[in-house]
Amino acid sequence: MSAALTAAGDLHRLVVRNLRRELRILDGLIVNTALPVIIMVLFVYVFGGAITTGSSGLAYIDFVVPAVLLMSGGYGAALTAVNIADDLTAGMIDRLRTLPIGGWTVPAGHVVASVIRNVAASGFALLAAVALGFRPDATPADWALALAVVTGYVLAMSSLAVLWGLLVRSTQAAGAFSFVVLFLPYLSDGVVPAETMPDVLRDFAENQPITPIVATLRSLLLNQPMGSSGAVTAAWLAGMVLVSVPIAALLFRRRTSA
Amino acid sequence: MNVIHSTSFTDAVLVRGLTKSFGSTQVLAGIDLTVPTGSLLALLGPNGSGKTTTVRILTTLLAPDGGTATVGGHDVTREGVAVRRLIGLTSQQATVDGLLTGRENLELFAGLYHLGRRQARRRAQELLERFDLAAAANRRVATYSGGMRRRLDLAASMVSAPRILFLDEPTTGLDPRSRAELWSVIRELLAGGTTILLTTQYLEEADQLADRIAVINGGRVVADDSPAALKRQVGAERLILRLSRTEDVPRARSALGEAETRPGAGEREITLAVQGPDHLRHTLDLLHRAGVVVEHVALSTPTLNDVFFELTAVAA
Repeated sequence: MSAALTAAGDLHRLVVRNLRRELRILDGLIVNTALPVIIMVLFVYVFGGAITTGSSGLAYIDFVVPAVLLMSGGYGAALTAVNIADDLTAGMIDRLRTLPIGGWTVPAGHVVASVIRNVAASGFALLAAVALGFRPDATPADWALALAVVTGYVLAMSSLAVLWGLLVRSTQAAGAFSFVVLFLPYLSDGVVPAETMPDVLRDFAENQPITPIVATLRSLLLNQPMGSSGAVTAAWLAGMVLVSVPIAALLFRRRTSA
Repeated sequence: MNVIHSTSFTDAVLVRGLTKSFGSTQVLAGIDLTVPTGSLLALLGPNGSGKTTTVRILTTLLAPDGGTATVGGHDVTREGVAVRRLIGLTSQQATVDGLLTGRENLELFAGLYHLGRRQARRRAQELLERFDLAAAANRRVATYSGGMRRRLDLAASMVSAPRILFLDEPTTGLDPRSRAELWSVIRELLAGGTTILLTTQYLEEADQLADRIAVINGGRVVADDSPAALKRQVGAERLILRLSRTEDVPRARSALGEAETRPGAGEREITLAVQGPDHLRHTLDLLHRAGVVVEHVALSTPTLNDVFFELTAVAA
């Protein structure tokens, strides 16, 4: 019990450290506050007029909001790869590793801080969406589930980002992960209807995780049919977390002892 | 204060036959070291000699391939946690967070050593004052000078009041004044009973601080002795005398002894080994009495290169 409390205290201190750092980097602040708003404005006003929402019958803003929520949270989450690579390339990791704390608390500290920042980023995007005319139709329970889905997505992306950062070790290469995460929603049903895509892309779009996650959010926020997307979303998110966390923990131990 | 007591031991660090390879490159080829409790051992060697690898193994950051190493009586591979509770490390790179202030850094590390909030705050303040950083306490570390950063690094290593401190090239890249300041801090820690293992590329630094110097080259300890004994081994300081007239050279050499003197680089120069100020004064007296006019006097101290030349020549 006291060991668990101690570890929780260590984790808390490392999370505070990471959040403080993030608040002091201009890029970090922009990524977490301005960027979500900019993306939302861009989609609704610049692209929105030219894209039809196909058979869903939704207004484009309603159609695209779930994808923008994921982009807003996911991009910052992906940058966690840079943060952990930063710690590895600087000598900071040496000091952290010579402290009497559990090794897992350092990557976990990055993941938890990332979830806090980037769920907040999705929140900014949502506020912008409402200001631009997004009118959700959801019960408090729907909202709670939607929050859980966004949090789960950010958690999964942050865990994968930590894994990626540990694999590549250089901050430049670590940054590449954020592009993958930023562009994945474009190749889903989130930005344009998958039914309008050529066959190959459409197959990819229908089978990659963003599509069911977007469908789940649409169902929760806009009263659309859920179908199997809720279960598929849960499976994807749980799978990504359960695969990346143990491998990241193992890698962290190996990386820092080499 | 969160002082950690350990069982009594006479040698704070004991290393026997330590080996380590990275791929096909052997970095440590069997290192033996002993650091008595309360003393300072300087590990002296050029880049790539294995100094940092040794420190990383002793601070549990790296696993050795062979040999044994105990720190504070605990085996570094099997009792890593116990070792980490006893030690502090200042490594070559910045091991403090540049985006946090000096105070925030120290409070973070104090917290991670599990001091209570109030204790952590007090400890941070104490260290900021002791390491002359109180005025800059609330500035981000990124704005610190190199000397201030190293002092903060050292302060961070002292958060838990470790009994054994590892300093990996603590003064590399510092200006002479910052270096002298850091030396005086290290002397204070030593006077307070801390055992210190310090690596350096500078013979002068080892000479200034160390009770004992282990010279390391190519992953082996090629000499392990007191600074005085090592210098005797390398040869004393040499006096370089430039005379006013070339024709005085034979007279000067006969006055000082042909065997003891050698021709210098210039045709009016002679050199000889000197042992201390009295010998220097005596030498100049002899020349004065012989009527030799000395135009310029210089002392040449043996350099790290000389040490290596001597030591590797002996080993070969």
